[in-house]
Amino acid sequence: MKQITPLTITGGKLVTPEGVTEGSIRLVDGLIETLGDIKPQDGDEVLNAKGALITPGLVDLGVFTVDKSACHFGGITRVALMPDQAPPLDYRARIQYAAYSGKPDLWVHPFAAATRGLDGRDLAEIAMMKDAGARAVATGRQWIADSGLMLRLLRYAAMLDLVVVTHAEDAAIVGEAAATAGEMATRLGLPAAPAEAEALAVGRDVALAELTGARVHFRQVTTRAALDLIRAAKGRGVNVTAGITPAHFMLSDLATVDFRTFARMSPPLRNEEDRKAVIEAIGDDTIDVIASGHDPRGPEDKRLPFGDAAPGMAGAETLLPLTLTLVRDGVIDIARALELLATNPAKLLNAPAGSLASGREADVALVDPQKPWIVDTRKMAASAGNTPFDGQPVQGRVLVLLKGGMRV
Amino acid sequence: MTLSKIPPASGRYPAGGLAFPHRDLLGIGQLERHEIMFLLDEAEQWVELNRQPSKHADALTGLTIINAFFENSTRTLLSFEIAGKRLGADVVNMHAAQSSVKKGETLIDTAITLNAMRADAIVIRHGSSGAVALIASKVDCPVLNAGDGQHEHPTQGLLDALALRHALRKRGETADDFTGLKVTICGDILHSRVARSNILCLTALGADVTCCAPPGLMPEGIEAMGVKATHKFEDALEGAEVIMMLRLQTERMEGQFIPSAREYHHLYGLTQERLVLAADDALVMHPGPMNRGVEIDSEVADMLDRSIITRQVEMGVAIRMACLEVLTRRGRGVEGWADTPGTSQTGETWI
Repeated sequence: MKQITPLTITGGKLVTPEGVTEGSIRLVDGLIETLGDIKPQDGDEVLNAKGALITPGLVDLGVFTVDKSACHFGGITRVALMPDQAPPLDYRARIQYAAYSGKPDLWVHPFAAATRGLDGRDLAEIAMMKDAGARAVATGRQWIADSGLMLRLLRYAAMLDLVVVTHAEDAAIVGEAAATAGEMATRLGLPAAPAEAEALAVGRDVALAELTGARVHFRQVTTRAALDLIRAAKGRGVNVTAGITPAHFMLSDLATVDFRTFARMSPPLRNEEDRKAVIEAIGDDTIDVIASGHDPRGPEDKRLPFGDAAPGMAGAETLLPLTLTLVRDGVIDIARALELLATNPAKLLNAPAGSLASGREADVALVDPQKPWIVDTRKMAASAGNTPFDGQPVQGRVLVLLKGGMRV
Repeated sequence: MTLSKIPPASGRYPAGGLAFPHRDLLGIGQLERHEIMFLLDEAEQWVELNRQPSKHADALTGLTIINAFFENSTRTLLSFEIAGKRLGADVVNMHAAQSSVKKGETLIDTAITLNAMRADAIVIRHGSSGAVALIASKVDCPVLNAGDGQHEHPTQGLLDALALRHALRKRGETADDFTGLKVTICGDILHSRVARSNILCLTALGADVTCCAPPGLMPEGIEAMGVKATHKFEDALEGAEVIMMLRLQTERMEGQFIPSAREYHHLYGLTQERLVLAADDALVMHPGPMNRGVEIDSEVADMLDRSIITRQVEMGVAIRMACLEVLTRRGRGVEGWADTPGTSQTGETWI
């Protein structure tokens, strides 16, 4: 399927890194041809945006399942797939298979597992996986505890010019913990680890990034102490970036009250102070990426005692509206929101998408940022409805989504 | 048999079923102060019955009580079994070791199965915090938490309060609550559901609670539960009127949380010498089973005038009788209770 007829979207508000401007955009052969104050040409299909935002399709950096219907609902046209699959993405044929698994209307960029079987012991065949389509390397849900191996991994990835996406929690401190140490975990009697486990992990990996010059992306940075380390490292020019999921800027560990397993996350939800620190970090550019961490889980994984339940939430549908709460609260503007949701993740993946510019892939969404709706766990497009935001009124909905100029 | 029921002070709690508006007993955390007092007062009649030669009542005749224990237990299980039988109920015990839990059946399916057997009350112990609440959300009858992970062990909290009340009464104290009473809880606070239930129960009844544990066994944020926390046992003992020692699970602890049982005793063992630091007639408690020579010395554990450890066990049966009798009132159609339905804690919020 390839775009045959050129399409011009008129009467919209174009969201580009420079800001929001009224205008039109013309999509030809699956690419963005021109945008701005332009008119449809003869023979073009014309779509009137009726004042909606014209944004790049979202690039979701780190999902655990290829869940097309949820992604399309949420305006996501590209996902980076975590290597934590069964079996793990540690072999080039698996990368190749995963890379084709969403085509044509959802592009999947699989993360190559950093180590064989994701067990943190032996390096996987990263160069071969790169040639098979991997655009980044990831440690998966785990931190690589062996500092020597991490050092060698970063050197190797730097040679291949692949970003290393890492999970930042010191494994020895975290152990079997299911919650952040503090009043809530103590009251519930949950196995808990101090939030500083994150800063420890970030501290080591920042030092290794500085030593090797490798690009390191911390998939989720959720505490003030760790964000301070990232901020300082960026100030020194170290090649590090940081991501976050909406759960960590919307919720604190109070959400786990009554053992609500839908609020079990990895890393676990933090206290209110850290939640505020995350919002600050989004505002001051310390955080570069907002991703959904989409991980739909059925009752067999979630209807269990809290400590036994799987972490994670189905987040693809709510990624955009929850990020828009930051716009309404004045933390960021709409252009910056799309930078966090599309431009920056595309840059990390080195994918020709993620922003509205001539020559880029025609991955485009029409968004009504005001449209109200209510998150309903029973009516979700995702393959499971495990969201801690059930019943929450939100605003912002994707009206039309185009992948490579084709409507999905 | 006539029982001289201790009359509750008028206005101490609401009438009928409003005195205890819960379907389940999942934790002390869900209870108001007057609800705790109500259960303690209700238990008094059973203390008395249990001291008679014939210890039988027929309040629960014809009812089926299932004790579903997913974690090994001797004392608590026996206590619940005796409590049910003395009230005339048919009591059956389900041990996890013999159940399909080992065959991979999910907790929810086990709960649904238990429910289908139409028990009138289910008593559950499980190794995961919150597991009992999860089961309670899937069954139609009252559920009693007999210990869930590191969360709560409410009947232990209640029986300790009752044992304490009786010991204080014996000394001539007349108050039924513990306002201003200095209680020290020492041991593995981090992993202890007994500690959590006792903290909640004792603070609700007005006691001044101090927790003492080595750093690795003290949970973060414990002060938020209204207690003082210290690592120094001598400081915690200073002026304490009640000393509650917790069991140290030595096999899980040594080398990781503490260097050795010997060193633990060196710092935190309740010896006669240390007991001198406490108030003159300080009472000694322990939920059992004791590690003599680790957290508590035999001479202290066996002091007739100070140790109320066996009284705790005695009160355990009475408290469990009271809990079973009260929780089944709605099902039995007891006057004043049938028309005030007990609300289950979790039914609404769980998926």
